[in-house]
Amino acid sequence: MKQHSLFDIISPVMIGPSSSHMAGAIRLGLMAGKIYSSTIKKVTFKLYNSFAETGKGHGTDKGLMAGLIGLSADDIRVRTVFDLEEVKKIDYKYEFSHNLDRHPNAVDFIINDETVISGNSTGGGNIEITKINEFETSISGEYPTIIVFYKDKPGMISRVTELILEKHINVATLNCTRNAKGETASMCICLDSPAENGVAEKISALEDVYFVRNIDKMDS
Amino acid sequence: MIKSLNTFETLLSYSEENNLPIYKIMEEVESRAFDITVEEIRKKVKHNVDEMKNSIKNGLACREKSQSGLSGGDCAKLREKFKTTPALFGSLYEKISTYSLAVIEENARMGKIVACPTAGSCGIVSSVLVALSEELNLTEEDEINMLITAGAIGHIVSIKLAPAGAVGGCQAECGLASAMAAAACTCARKGTTKQIIHSATLALKNILGLTCDPVLGLVEVPCVKRNVFLATYSITASELAMAGIESKIAPDDVVDALVQTGQLMSPLLKETSQGGLAFTKSADNFKETIKF
Ligand code: SF4
Repeated sequence: MKQHSLFDIISPVMIGPSSSHMAGAIRLGLMAGKIYSSTIKKVTFKLYNSFAETGKGHGTDKGLMAGLIGLSADDIRVRTVFDLEEVKKIDYKYEFSHNLDRHPNAVDFIINDETVISGNSTGGGNIEITKINEFETSISGEYPTIIVFYKDKPGMISRVTELILEKHINVATLNCTRNAKGETASMCICLDSPAENGVAEKISALEDVYFVRNIDKMDS
Repeated sequence: MIKSLNTFETLLSYSEENNLPIYKIMEEVESRAFDITVEEIRKKVKHNVDEMKNSIKNGLACREKSQSGLSGGDCAKLREKFKTTPALFGSLYEKISTYSLAVIEENARMGKIVACPTAGSCGIVSSVLVALSEELNLTEEDEINMLITAGAIGHIVSIKLAPAGAVGGCQAECGLASAMAAAACTCARKGTTKQIIHSATLALKNILGLTCDPVLGLVEVPCVKRNVFLATYSITASELAMAGIESKIAPDDVVDALVQTGQLMSPLLKETSQGGLAFTKSADNFKETIKF
């Protein structure tokens, strides 16, 4: 269960006008950028439902882009993000649609025509990354998180977690999903304290590991 | 030792038994739950107080409209009016009403604000805290104590009901903000724990049923003016409580009533913009004229 903090109530310091449509959008962008973590030349933002309907009026389009290039939820440059040099270099577009199977405030980032990252703005500036390409995930940014894609075979989970335990880091939650036996699977590991960089590198060096990201907790 | 703060009853009895003010108890709970020192907590809270002051300063200096054109400029109008015709309720009222407008207009213009508890209600606690601090010559420490006290009230309520218009209607956003502001005000005036809790309760109790019906789904109409109303309203709650007037319905019961009212409220009136003010001829007219 999520622990309630005083700062859930008296924060965040943020760019208006709406925590779900702006602060949440910025944080979704930030998270997508961290997950992709290479140069972004092209991006399509697909906004769904309430994000699509009232997104423009709330500046959700600006927020998503601002986060993607690394601006935080209290950075006043969000307002004029499309004028920034680094944004002018990106080939971007926005699509708006309705899909009742999706969350009211859902977005897909299609980056460089190769990676699709999906997420929801779940209220009060909180977010959840629900999918990276074909993998279901549940990343909220509340904990430092390690994401691993690997070949589904016996012993992989213990090999990865051993490398974490070596550093005396406690695993808060561990979620694994796979598409079919023996194919690619994913692991989302939430930690109680951040893992040093070395850990991710050691995990990447394991046989049959395809993709690793070590993502910091987001500021509230 | 207190581990969690779930009800007003626990807060009151712990406070009275140990002779501790609300802010100290909240600090203790937060420090324990998140493994963070009291100094760190107060530093973070101070940062938010400073950002509240900045948002007021920026809002007062700007008369631009929002992107939709639905809000902006009213703060300037009200200030000009007060220059020639002072407020009946005096200078504190003038400050609270103009500051709350300044902050919530700034929010609609994509300015930087402190969500407290939400962006749509950001003008309420900010204005009451800063206006009182100026009028009563309070210290930085007093301001921090006020914001933590307000946060403690929001904390307890939010355990039962998420502060979001989509979940509980505006009673859970601006309504809760006014309860928090009432508590901050009572704290500034050195009210007892009981008086602080009852000031918050009286505010909540008299705002039950407030719906969330933003025109075009934007945090502007009725949100902007609602911030002014509920900021000034919180002072009434504090005045009553400071006189020893108590809510006849126990504070935790009022929270239960808030939750229940939120559940009973039609989804059409919970941020979907399909009922209330959002579903009027005037709102329709805006739909025609405002294009993004
Ligand atoms: S009416 Fe709705 S959107 Fe506006 S402040 Fe109230 S809860 Fe927020």
